Formats: sequence, C-alpha cells, structure tokens
Amino acid sequence: MTVYLDNAATSWPKPPGMMESMAEFNGRTGASPGRSGHRLSIEAGRTVEEARALTAELINARDSLRIAFTKNATEALNIVLLGLLKPGDHVITSDLEHNSVMRPLRLLESRGIEVSIAPCSAKGELDPEAVGPLIKKNTRLIVLAHASNVTGGILPVAEIGKLARERDVLFCVDAAQTAGAVPIDVEEMCIDFLAFSGHKSLYGPQGTGGLFVREGLEHELDFIMAGGTGSRSEEELHPDFMPDRFEAGTPNAIGIAGLGAGLRFLRDTGVSIIREKESRLIGALIEGLDEIEGVILYGPPAGAERVPVISCNVKGMGPSEVSQSLDEEFGVMTRPGLHCAPAAHRTIGTLPEGTLRLSPGYFNTMEDIWHALDALESIALTAWRRG
Amino acid sequence: MIGPHEYMVAIFKSVSHAMKAERILKERCVPFKLIPVPKHISSDCGVCIRFAADARPDVETALIGEVDIALIRPLV
Ligand SMILES: Cc1ncc(COP(=O)(O)O)c(C=O)c1O
Repeated sequence: MTVYLDNAATSWPKPPGMMESMAEFNGRTGASPGRSGHRLSIEAGRTVEEARALTAELINARDSLRIAFTKNATEALNIVLLGLLKPGDHVITSDLEHNSVMRPLRLLESRGIEVSIAPCSAKGELDPEAVGPLIKKNTRLIVLAHASNVTGGILPVAEIGKLARERDVLFCVDAAQTAGAVPIDVEEMCIDFLAFSGHKSLYGPQGTGGLFVREGLEHELDFIMAGGTGSRSEEELHPDFMPDRFEAGTPNAIGIAGLGAGLRFLRDTGVSIIREKESRLIGALIEGLDEIEGVILYGPPAGAERVPVISCNVKGMGPSEVSQSLDEEFGVMTRPGLHCAPAAHRTIGTLPEGTLRLSPGYFNTMEDIWHALDALESIALTAWRRG
Repeated sequence: MIGPHEYMVAIFKSVSHAMKAERILKERCVPFKLIPVPKHISSDCGVCIRFAADARPDVETALIGEVDIALIRPLV
C-alpha cells in the first residue's frame, strides 16, 4: 500500500480528465495561443480564456482578463513584490511566510525597502490587531499567506484586507495553499493581488499558477519580464494592460489546458464538498496523532480553521528519519524539514530540524489516514525503545 | 449572402481580449465570426470579430463593461 500525503507541495493524483485534456491539447490543438490567426491558434486561445474565466469565477473576480497565468505562485508573488516596491517604501508581512515571499522581501530590503514582520503566536496564529500599529506613512503593501504551508492554519485575510483598504495600503495574498481548497472572494476580502498555484488545489499540472490584479493596479507594477505577447507587435514598448503585461513569451498552453480540466473538476465537484472531505481527513489524522504517545503536534488547536496540513514530530527521532522510515517501510509519502518556510519554523520553535508535514488531499481515503497513523505509531514506539 | 461592404469588425488590444469577446458573444447568441485581423487594418498578428453592420448595437451592448473594444470600423 502506498499513501501520498504531500498534497501541500503539489496535489496528486490529479482528477480524471486532467491528463486527457493535456493529451488532447497536444494532439489536436498544439498551437501557440494569441500569436496567429489560424484555427489552431484560435482554439489554443479559447483554451486559455476558458481557464481564465473559471479562475475568475472561483475567486469572484468579475473580469477574466484580470488573471495572468504564470508558472507558479512564486512567479506571481515576484511580479507583485519586485514590480511594486521602490526604495523608501515600507512593506508588512507575517513571520509564517514561505520563502516565495520572504526571499523577494529580503532582496528588496537590501535595495532600501523597509520590511516589518507581524509576529504570530507559537501556534502560528496571527492577531489582526497586531498589524494595524505596524502601518506607517510609507507603508505601500501588506503581503500575507492565506494559510501556512507549515501549520495549516488559516490567517485572518478578510480582517486584514479591510484594514489595508481603510488605511490606503495595498493588499497581496499568497493563496498557494488555499485557492481551490477554501472559499476566496477578492471583493469581500479586499484583495488587490492574489497569487495562486495551479498545481495544488486547482488540480492542474506542475508549471501552472497565476496572479489576479485589481483593476487599475497593473500600472503600479513594473513588469519584471518584457517580450513578445502577440499584441501590438509593431510597438517596441511592452504592453501596459492585463493580462499581456505579465505574460511575456509563449505561455504554458498545454499546462493551462490541464489546469482548465482541473478547474472544471473543481467547479463540478464544488469547493465546499472538497473542503468537507478534506476537513474530515485532516480531523481524523490530527485526532489520531494526538493519541500517539511520543508525537508532538504543532499549529492551531484541533477544531481551528485550517487547510489539510499538519506538522508534527516524533520524540527522539528527527523528521527526516521519520519521513524516510514512513516511505521505505510503510509506503507513506510525507515531507520533512523546513518546507521552504524557515520563518514559520522559527515562529513555532522547530528550527533547525523542522517538522514532519502530512498533507492529505481530496483523493485520499480514511484507510490512507489509518494506515499512516498505524505507521507513525509503530515508528514512535521504535523511537521510544531506542530511548 | 451579404457583401463585404455590409460587414464591420471589432478590433481588440490583444488576443486574450478577443477570446473573451468571443466567449461573451457566444453566451449572448450574437452572430459573428472570428477572423484574422485584415492586414489593411492593422499590422498586428491576431484575430478580430466580424459581424453584420446591423448587428453593431447587439455587439456593443454585449461587450460593454465586459471587454474594451479598441476600434470598430467597416471591414473594407
Ligand atoms: C504558502 C506557500 N506560498 C507559496 C508557495 C509557492 O508555490 P509555487 O510552488 O506554486 O511557486 C507554496 C508552495 O510551495 C506555499 O505553500
């Protein structure tokens, strides 16, 4: 028996139809969208527009053209952070962020941008009240993960979005862990920029992601890449409009064809149905882990709002060793270490070794969870015997 | 069969815009055809929407607030 519990890195397996959709695109359409007027190029363009429209619907963006596709959430976050912030600007983030936020911000810091980090509790909870006092005259942006990929905790984006809007600060949300898994409404949550992965809970292939940009704000972002877009070819100035401004070069149309199939699966199944099932799986997993002698759990308490991600450790054994044993002896695939988010581990007190992260997905079953729990129980016993 | 003089075209900023326009017009059942942008109109690579001149109000009504039209003009 093998059990994949690493959906927070990328979801697997993908839904029925995803691979077929990519194969069909490759076999029948294949052309570059937006580059020529022939029928195959038009068909490729339709494929991309359909995926844009489905994404827009999912996050309640009124206009599909506000979505630019990128290769992942990291690229989308870089477009916002490197494109927006100028020397003298101030930016606020949390101490739970992934390196796709932290590293661009540290780079910007070396270029004269001021960075403030709102502290979270040791359980990875952010009090929205802690953010307001950090806002200064030159604060340009608040950038925040919607959910932590280490603790699974959901951060109060709606409250902070409202605060940012009131204080005339832009608000960027890293929805890598939540897009498709948790309802998102860019209007209600006052989100100006939303970066998402296509390959996690949108069920697309790796190499897909994107960025929502609120109307008018594309002009605030210097593009970080210029090039061919198929539009305004006579001009040597890069386009200033969405989505072309952030889509230089031939897009990953075959990947977007797969993403479209993932989004159709999501629409037809429903975010709430998926969330319900994933909550049941993670609930059972946490409950079971809590009962195993020698397992330490991190993150928000059971029952708190979360995505299906849990971090833990086994007393007396490093997370890498536990993960390796889970894989080799029990066929359970997990991720040990820092999960590209050292800041989050500093916050929850798990540096330098990090944690063992288990992240079930929609296609896991209760049997998978029980199998993983049996395996961990046996490993914890081994660790205890070793002393 | 209507002659080329009775056709109009709507040109868009980019193919992404044209593809959205196509989706909206299909949803609203407005008759049109997607064609390559004629060379005498623009040197741009890409596609535009061709429709009968008397359908112009329908096209404009369908697309208003949905997608910016860069230019509407007769086909020839
Ligand atoms: C919270 C968070 N932000 C950003 C990312 C980066 O996403 P991507 O791999 O799509 O660039 C991830 C996942 O890897 C993540 O979990």
